[in-house]
Amino acid sequence: MSTAQIEIILIASVVAASCALIGTFLVLRKMALMSDAISHAILLGIVVMFFLTRSRASLPMILAATATGVLTVYLVELLVQTRLVKEDAAIGLVFPALFSIGVILISRYAANIHLDIDAVLLGELVFAPFDRLIVAGRDIGPKTLWLGLSVGVINLAFILLFYKELKLATFDPGLAAALGFSPVLIHYALMTLVSVTAVSSFEAVGSILVIALMIGPPAAAYLLTDRLPVMLALGVLLAVVSAVLGYLIAYLVNGSIAGSMATMTGVIFVIVLMVAPQRGLISRWSRQRRQRAQFAAEALLVHLSQHTGQPEFAAECAVTHLTGHFRWSEPFAAQIVRFARQRDWIEESDGCLRLTRAGTRVASQVMVRS
Amino acid sequence: MNLGQILHDLLFDYTLRTVAMGSAALGLVSGVLGAFAVLRRQSLLGDAISHAALPGVALAFLLTMSRAPLVLVLGATLSGWLGTLFVITVTRQTRIKQDTALGIVLSVFFGFGMLLLSIIQRMPTASKAGLDKFLFGQAATLMSRDVVTTAALGAAALLVVLLLWKEFKLLSFDPAFMKSVGYPVRRLDILLTTLMVIAIVIGLQTVGVVLMSAMLVAPAAAARQWTDKLGRMVLLSGGFGALVGVLGAVTSAQVGRLPTGPTIVLYVSGIVVVSLLAAPDRGIVAQLRRRRRQRVQFAAEALAIHLLNHEGAPDAAVETAIAHLRQHLQWDESFAERVTRRTITSGLAERSNGHLRLTSYGREVARRAMAR
Repeated sequence: MSTAQIEIILIASVVAASCALIGTFLVLRKMALMSDAISHAILLGIVVMFFLTRSRASLPMILAATATGVLTVYLVELLVQTRLVKEDAAIGLVFPALFSIGVILISRYAANIHLDIDAVLLGELVFAPFDRLIVAGRDIGPKTLWLGLSVGVINLAFILLFYKELKLATFDPGLAAALGFSPVLIHYALMTLVSVTAVSSFEAVGSILVIALMIGPPAAAYLLTDRLPVMLALGVLLAVVSAVLGYLIAYLVNGSIAGSMATMTGVIFVIVLMVAPQRGLISRWSRQRRQRAQFAAEALLVHLSQHTGQPEFAAECAVTHLTGHFRWSEPFAAQIVRFARQRDWIEESDGCLRLTRAGTRVASQVMVRS
Repeated sequence: MNLGQILHDLLFDYTLRTVAMGSAALGLVSGVLGAFAVLRRQSLLGDAISHAALPGVALAFLLTMSRAPLVLVLGATLSGWLGTLFVITVTRQTRIKQDTALGIVLSVFFGFGMLLLSIIQRMPTASKAGLDKFLFGQAATLMSRDVVTTAALGAAALLVVLLLWKEFKLLSFDPAFMKSVGYPVRRLDILLTTLMVIAIVIGLQTVGVVLMSAMLVAPAAAARQWTDKLGRMVLLSGGFGALVGVLGAVTSAQVGRLPTGPTIVLYVSGIVVVSLLAAPDRGIVAQLRRRRRQRVQFAAEALAIHLLNHEGAPDAAVETAIAHLRQHLQWDESFAERVTRRTITSGLAERSNGHLRLTSYGREVARRAMAR
């Protein structure tokens, strides 16, 4: 593997970790789509700053884009406060308008410069290693890597410093306000960091991958744990794994790196969605299946205990009788009989089901419970 | 260029007529279906669906090697629909909220689409030309076969809305009641969402993935301000959509280097701003005026009470002087003047050489206000 490839993987991993850290709070605060709005709207800030300074220097760009991100958040809140439109519609109104202005400015006045929308959406990770940071005549690595690292450190520092406040404002905004932590201040601080992260990442990976990394890995982590520190760590881990696997696949199929990484966040999310221990779909479905079987088996025990010792017992105890009496399908009836026999609740002889001692006890417990 | 020339071109210039008709049809359909989306708080579902359509376009092309609009639109519809299904499943079956599910679909499907497009681009036999107009939209390249596809699909969608009007209305406002009286709510929900997918997919070629959501949300959000009736809102929203479609197409044809999609979005955003400000009753200006009128009315009643309190008292001559009111009630000059005028015009008091005197009606109003 060449140095450039290793550097690309490093850059992507740093950006991924940084996005997942801040994205965790977006997911928990039900504001995931603000990342969509902000990462599109910052185009306008970048274009305007380009016209003002005529350069693509990083710092002014980051400042302008961050300002536009915060402006987006402010405009959305302003619209919501008029109570004339709901929040989802407000987001859907603001960022397309800002993005449109950006696109029009580019195509009218900057069609010949290096600022095309393709690059904004997808980034140019392949070229990132060529832009080196030279300090005192020494080459210390790609600029994007250092930029990503700085933003990652800022995000981490913010979360560590204001961990308690963030946690409180995220899970109980009412209590946070009552205790004197301004929810508005925390909201804007968080949104500023989302903007900074989005803009510093998007030159490398593009706005779509920024959204994917901010939402996908934290959402997968949310299915795996109930504890915030674990969720933060898992989100970072899954984001880095997505980035690395995504790069390898892009290399194999010779396709878009950002597209492949975004795809991997989706693949990882779907895997977690399926197999997560408690909240995954498979465990959920098997739990539902088990509960249904449990309930049906208990009904069977009650049925048997009602008829035990009665003249009609010979007819009622038949396995074949269950399909008619309970309207169970044959496979389901067989499953329930198996379920009850495994637990030693019933025994079968000549197609007739009888309660065991344990089964009698369970049946009487069930009847008392209801 | 004058208006007559533009009208002439609109009717007789083949390219402009095609683009304008396509944009108008798209605006109409997305306006109508967007009205339901906004009312059902699904504004951002449109954003997710439009991004989710991209891999479908690429896959349809990879499988058939055809650029026929119908093939690509079919692929887009299928993958847009799949994205919606994913959002519904994840939000129903897990604790993940809708915004997160939408965000995942939006970015992952789109990323996958870009991956496919980059592969297509490197294939020796094919280029992605014609496919990437789904990305940013290129109304200027609309051809009559595109417009025919748009119009046919759009007309079918509008027909379904017309036929199931009552059902969709109920679905938008009271799905719980609807379920209780035995309608197949889930199936209707899926049908309405499918119509939205169709509206989005036919719009993609004109305005592109990123801006398509605005075509759903903005006309509807503007229309909502002008009326409380669903029928009027839907008509108005469709009308706004069609209008901005034509306006955007004409403007970008007249002015050089002005992409159609963003131009349409700016027009419709303008309509939203005007609607929010100027709509009667709900609009911000109307709200402010109503609040001001209420404040003056309240002050006029307070003034009537003040006059009643001092009527016949020894200090009446001082207290009822118009000049005194400003100090006594601490009103600024213009407000005091407005209140005085309102007191007189609404018959609460009369002016007699620099003093205010309650009328019998004013006395009654003041007494009633105090009893209240």
